[in-house]
Amino acid sequence: MTKEIIHLRVNGEQRELAVLSHELLLDVLREELGLTGTKRGCDDSSCGACAVLVDGVPILSCVAIASCYQEAEITTVEGIAPPGALDPVQSGWAEKGGSQCGFCSPGFLISAKALLDRNPDPSHEEIRLALSSNMCRCTGYMQIYEAVKYAIERGKEIRAEQAANVGSRP
Amino acid sequence: MTTTPSTGTIIGKAIPLADAPGKVTGRGKYADDLSVAGMLHGRILHSPHAHARILAIRTDKAEALPGVKAVITGKDASTPYGVLPIGHDECALVVDKVRYIGDNVAAVAATTPEIAEQALRLIEVDYEPLPAFFDPLESMKAESGWIHDTKPNNIEKEYHHEFGAPDAAFASSDFVREQRYYAGEINHAAMEPHSTLAIWEPDNRMTVYSSTQVPYYLHRTLGEVCQMPMSQIRVIKPLVGGGFGGKSEVIPIEITAGVLAKKARQAVKITYTREEVFYAHRGRPITVIGMKMGLSREGKINVVTARVVQDGGAYCGYGPVTVLYSGALLGAIYDIPNVKFDGYRVLTNKPVCGAMRGHGTVNVRFAFEALLDELAHDAKLDPADVRRRNLLKAPCVTVNGLRVTSYGLPECIEKVVERSGWNKKQGKLSYGRGVGMACSHYVSGAANPVVRSNMPHTTVHLKIDRDGAVILYSGASEIGQGSDTMQIQVIAETMGIRPERVKLIAADTELTPVDLGSYSSRVTFMAGNACIEAAKNMRAQIYTAVAKRLGCSAEELEPQGEEIVSSKNSALRMSFDKAVIAAIDFHGALVASGAYTPPEESRGGKFKGAGVGPSPSYSYSAQVVEVSVDTETGHVTVHRIVVAHDCGRALNPLAVEGQVIGSVYMGLGQAVQEEMVWNNGRLMNPTLLEYRIPTTLETPQIDCIIVESNDPEGPFGAKEAGEGSLAATIPAVANAIYDAVGVRINTLPITPEKVLAAIQEKRRKASSNGGAR
Repeated sequence: MTKEIIHLRVNGEQRELAVLSHELLLDVLREELGLTGTKRGCDDSSCGACAVLVDGVPILSCVAIASCYQEAEITTVEGIAPPGALDPVQSGWAEKGGSQCGFCSPGFLISAKALLDRNPDPSHEEIRLALSSNMCRCTGYMQIYEAVKYAIERGKEIRAEQAANVGSRP
Repeated sequence: MTTTPSTGTIIGKAIPLADAPGKVTGRGKYADDLSVAGMLHGRILHSPHAHARILAIRTDKAEALPGVKAVITGKDASTPYGVLPIGHDECALVVDKVRYIGDNVAAVAATTPEIAEQALRLIEVDYEPLPAFFDPLESMKAESGWIHDTKPNNIEKEYHHEFGAPDAAFASSDFVREQRYYAGEINHAAMEPHSTLAIWEPDNRMTVYSSTQVPYYLHRTLGEVCQMPMSQIRVIKPLVGGGFGGKSEVIPIEITAGVLAKKARQAVKITYTREEVFYAHRGRPITVIGMKMGLSREGKINVVTARVVQDGGAYCGYGPVTVLYSGALLGAIYDIPNVKFDGYRVLTNKPVCGAMRGHGTVNVRFAFEALLDELAHDAKLDPADVRRRNLLKAPCVTVNGLRVTSYGLPECIEKVVERSGWNKKQGKLSYGRGVGMACSHYVSGAANPVVRSNMPHTTVHLKIDRDGAVILYSGASEIGQGSDTMQIQVIAETMGIRPERVKLIAADTELTPVDLGSYSSRVTFMAGNACIEAAKNMRAQIYTAVAKRLGCSAEELEPQGEEIVSSKNSALRMSFDKAVIAAIDFHGALVASGAYTPPEESRGGKFKGAGVGPSPSYSYSAQVVEVSVDTETGHVTVHRIVVAHDCGRALNPLAVEGQVIGSVYMGLGQAVQEEMVWNNGRLMNPTLLEYRIPTTLETPQIDCIIVESNDPEGPFGAKEAGEGSLAATIPAVANAIYDAVGVRINTLPITPEKVLAAIQEKRRKASSNGGAR
């Protein structure tokens, strides 16, 4: 089987990879790049644990053919915040019990991040809809909502700080 | 009983789970995230037949395929095993016949997953199909052709218990009802599919990373089947992506990976597909229940009898324990003087059932709480009041020998009545909308281990070196329930130090002492108590040295912040860091241990089967569910669930709420939408979408109230939080549907089809009786 060379930008890094025509983006991320944060919970786009951002939009990498994503900008859970830092959604998940076993968390974090990037102050119903493609078997979702609400508040604080910093510039 | 404010600075505080940073950054490693250089990929060949004799297996073509490094069949792993000593009936790969579609026939290790898949297709198996049994009620009548020759009539085990005088109690009851209940089969559907990485080491040892709730059971079974001394095998539990019982006994994948690694002399990883997870199963069995209950005019439950048939699948697994729990936990929630139980664990040609959250108790609790609701209506009593009139007076011992030491159920009932608006709603909402109540309970660990022995159920070790880091070595298995964090809190609180100072090394059979595993909600109670003992032992050593240095007595020393201070003279004080150095100078090595064994008084009666059900302590839960029913479609919308759970003491309220809400959520799934649908032994819905675990769209608001009854023997008063609330959700939903539209649905799941049929049947009857509704 011949391999095809593809170029992806993954978590800000340019990558050149040789992939088989049927190879899944999930496998490329996990097996070729060692980015095992993205999980396989099913094999058929049921559970959402494999969600990644492609050009800012969440997709399910377990049903995505890698070679279709030439030149795409891909963000995995490892890349939603700089090393050593946490995105507000990550802080929310940790502080409010969004993760129990944690296996679904990467997919949820991607969905939540995508939601808050396009709508920084969503209603409860908007949160519920945005997370409905992700399955969690542990939490019953209540603490996940708390986690998103924490992230919304944290986001507001960060934007206020940034605005204040811009304003105080000489 | 009232909520006790925490006296500690760490216990009782809502703190994030210790492993959260790894989980939210994607850096934490689960079994399938691990790999080593040169690792082979394993795949398993499953049976296409539900029941068939294996006449021949030819593996030569598979072995000849380039890239294949090992092919194994039953003869390579022929030692039978099982989680119970009375149930060693299972081989990782079958030896003589297959007993269910999906049974394990052969396995391959190859350099790539694709080659391994290709090799499976080259294995030729000659089967002689046999008549198969799918319906447990038919299976238990079988005269011949049994699934296991040693199990006549395909009955794995049966138990018959009678306490008090049930017949007389029925005769003296004012209201008696008997109903048949059916519960469909349920899978844990943990988000992480099972995965095992077995590494053959150059010194002929084996290291196994596995998604397990029971690393020590795996350790022992690997030793038996791989025929290696346990001392040559090291089992490490990495992060586990949910268990719920599905990883609480040894699963064929784990042994198969070990046997392949041993044969190939290399590292082998196998990860199940989601379909394989469903067929590996070990979930909640199809259960057929005949229940009869007698109630007095005043609402006192005089008697309950239950005939329980569980469809156990093709092997024993936890089966006898599951069926015994279904009988034993008729007790320890209400005061019922007369109880009769007939339990049957039946073999069928389907995947093996096992332990699942609320092990054995859930389906019978559904029947009980639904039947009690019917009788309450017969007696024209408020269902909440009927429950109030049947409370235990703790401490007590029930008729079936269960010792109850703390009992927060009365407060749970009052809390949910108040929070849900029960008194304004029950029986009073407009047609189509209703509320329902139910209660449940669960063990805080089993007082008797599945393998009889006198060893402690948990042991932990503590070590402190001159850097002041407190290292806890514990075999307890974190599977997402927060047990790592709990142990860190207990050590820190008992020693008077910051939790950040405690580093936990967990669930590694080479480093950590034996803990029986994460099942039956045992870890907080047992590992928590072991941690207290170890911390007290360590503290005593440190205080002896500090007292000597300060010139006071050790008894007058107490922790204050991270200082050790004399209660008599506050000028006498020493920082924890200096105290550690003083203690090492005084004692040499600073190590301490703690262990927990359930007390003799908690271990139950002496009759056959009495060993299952006894626990050092029981949790309690009460719930009110509010629903509306679309009378044109039968669709049930659950609007809100209010749950109150008596966990003894909430060591970490964040974790307790997560566990209680998660239990309710899982009960809701079983109540209204989850079911494994079988067709002649083949699973019709082996994907998460078709199996239908609830998403955010189907999950209502769940309000959690924590009740603290302060158990006298629990660590800081704590008992279980992770299972006890599951069972009540199901009957509370059923009872709410009755309140809404006046129909009883006695089969699970309560689908729109069933509700609509019942509504239509009720209308038909009403119109044939003259049109009155």
